[in-house]
Amino acid sequence: MMGAAPRLKDAGLAALVALALAFPLIGFETAESGVGFTTRFPWVAIAGAAVFAGRLLLGLLPQRFHLRQRASRSTAVSDGKFVKLAAAALIVFAVLLPVLPFASRRSIDLATLALIYVILGWGLNVVVGLAGLLDLGYVAFYAVGAYSFALAVQWFGLSFWEMLPLSGVTAATAGILLGIPVLRLRGDYLAIVTLGFGEIVRIVLNNWTSMTGGPNGIGDIPRPTVFGMPIAPGAPAGVTTFNHVIGIAYDPIQRLIWLYYVALAVALIINWFSLRIRRLPVGRAWEALREDEIACRALGLNPTTIKLSAFATGAMTGGFAGVLFAARAGFISPESFNFQESATVLSIVVLGGMGSQLGVALAAVILATLPEFGREFAQYRMLIFGAAMVAIMIWRPRGLFTVRAPSVRLDQT
Amino acid sequence: MTRQSLLAVENLSMRFGGVVAVDDLSFTAYRREITAIIGPNGAGKTTVFNCLTGFYRPTGGSLVLTQDDRNFQLERLKGYRIARDAGVARTFQNVRLFAGMTVLENLVVAQHVALTRASGYNLGGLLGLKRHQDAERAAIVRAREWLDLIDLTGRADEVAGNLPYGAQRKLEIVRAMCTGPRLLCVDEPAAGLNPHESADLARFLVLIRDRFGIGILLIEHDMTVVMGISDHVIVLNYGKKVADASPAEVRRDPAVIKAYLGEEGD
Repeated sequence: MMGAAPRLKDAGLAALVALALAFPLIGFETAESGVGFTTRFPWVAIAGAAVFAGRLLLGLLPQRFHLRQRASRSTAVSDGKFVKLAAAALIVFAVLLPVLPFASRRSIDLATLALIYVILGWGLNVVVGLAGLLDLGYVAFYAVGAYSFALAVQWFGLSFWEMLPLSGVTAATAGILLGIPVLRLRGDYLAIVTLGFGEIVRIVLNNWTSMTGGPNGIGDIPRPTVFGMPIAPGAPAGVTTFNHVIGIAYDPIQRLIWLYYVALAVALIINWFSLRIRRLPVGRAWEALREDEIACRALGLNPTTIKLSAFATGAMTGGFAGVLFAARAGFISPESFNFQESATVLSIVVLGGMGSQLGVALAAVILATLPEFGREFAQYRMLIFGAAMVAIMIWRPRGLFTVRAPSVRLDQT
Repeated sequence: MTRQSLLAVENLSMRFGGVVAVDDLSFTAYRREITAIIGPNGAGKTTVFNCLTGFYRPTGGSLVLTQDDRNFQLERLKGYRIARDAGVARTFQNVRLFAGMTVLENLVVAQHVALTRASGYNLGGLLGLKRHQDAERAAIVRAREWLDLIDLTGRADEVAGNLPYGAQRKLEIVRAMCTGPRLLCVDEPAAGLNPHESADLARFLVLIRDRFGIGILLIEHDMTVVMGISDHVIVLNYGKKVADASPAEVRRDPAVIKAYLGEEGD
């Protein structure tokens, strides 16, 4: 494709950029003691050389890259069967996880967290992936769900099972309240306003000390009971524990397993709901809105209700995830609901492939567990994360799964 | 058969700041007729469409659509209600399909209003009620009938954005027809088509008019199409109506010739 000279020039330019970046970032190191810094310019040169070599190598393989990109698109239609198989395998694995040999308190807890991110990803997927509304403040609804649950426990003594649906309702209401003022906004403008909304919610939670406890957060959030019976070592008078009823000794892992299964059930219900709603008029309207809002209006679709329903549905899902999060941690504070969370969930949706249930689930599992696996070499974590992002953008610019199954087919009838 | 008036435009004006795009325009469109709006570039044709379909709010005048003894004041309705309640469907100069969705999905989305009702505002559909499933099946059958008409049945499950340009133009018209309109407004449907495709499209518009008995408003630059299929032609120049007559009469009208070719000695 390219001759040798332009390739060298291209690699040289890339190396120059790398050198410019590396000079302040790698070239100086603060001294171990006292004020001052030491220099390590050889490392800067190594970084530059590495980028030069890497870029040159990339330049030598252009044809293969193009081939791969095209292949990923043309096979998109045919692998519906693969998606079904993979989804079934994933569900079986999720159900069996607590009895697998490596199951420990830590791994089950981590799996619950991963499920929470799966739910969050599916929720944001409705707003961003289907309706095409870029929402950078999704964490707000996660927070509304978690805080509704925690406050209802604190003030009214309600339980997990009462608050799970109710928090969905409060979060959906928050979604509509956010949706109304931003109805006219699209793209970047919408992103900025939703970003602001996410921050407003966090700051309010942080400062409204009399209500939310401010930065101290809210503790003593109950775990879900089993048909009204707690899982506990011993029970106060008049309360029967679930362990007592089924006659096994208490073990702290039982609580984690139960919460894990609750999260799994919620996730499966939301998955069913999402798959179904995509094939309903409102789901198709979301996608039509993403494709062309003006054409929607010309066909008699009301953009207001379509947008609000997308915001409400996404927010409701975020609210469920918030309740699970609060129940898992037993304690929540505004710290848990910062912009980093919104960014993570958005990365999940983008990496997974916008609109793909399976892709979003896989991306959520990867992004939620990667930091934990990487703990031993924590200092390289961001490096690996960055490299993974770059790799995905090169090979799969539209996400891990680019398959878009049509919501309706002619051969069905 | 007597002519039945469908759309009465009276004293329509549209100003953008100091620019008068449409100036005191009045005309009538009839059922079972193709009314063409022609004129040089910038004459205000698309602006008329945009006023009619709620994308612009006219500065003055009224647009009344009459059907079954009901009158719709289009200038007062919101854009989506003009399509949904008054039954005015349109296509766009630059094709606006849902490019990432399949051909069939485009046509099913166009039947959104009826499907939403049948699905009990989606709740019945969520529960899988039979009424919703029947309605969806009926919507697919209807879409299929239209696809048969434009020979796209074989590509129904393909992504609409991958169709050739001519097919996209036709699909957009068919999508508008799937809303069950009383008045269909087509904005330069033959733009970018070769003579063979244009003739094919003209036949298709005539078929729609004759089979469904609706009124069609047509903006078009291709005079072969306009003169061949229009029942009457309205000529605009600088936002004003220059002529309103049958194609044959319009062709001979000195005012029209002046608008298109300029005056002698210019």
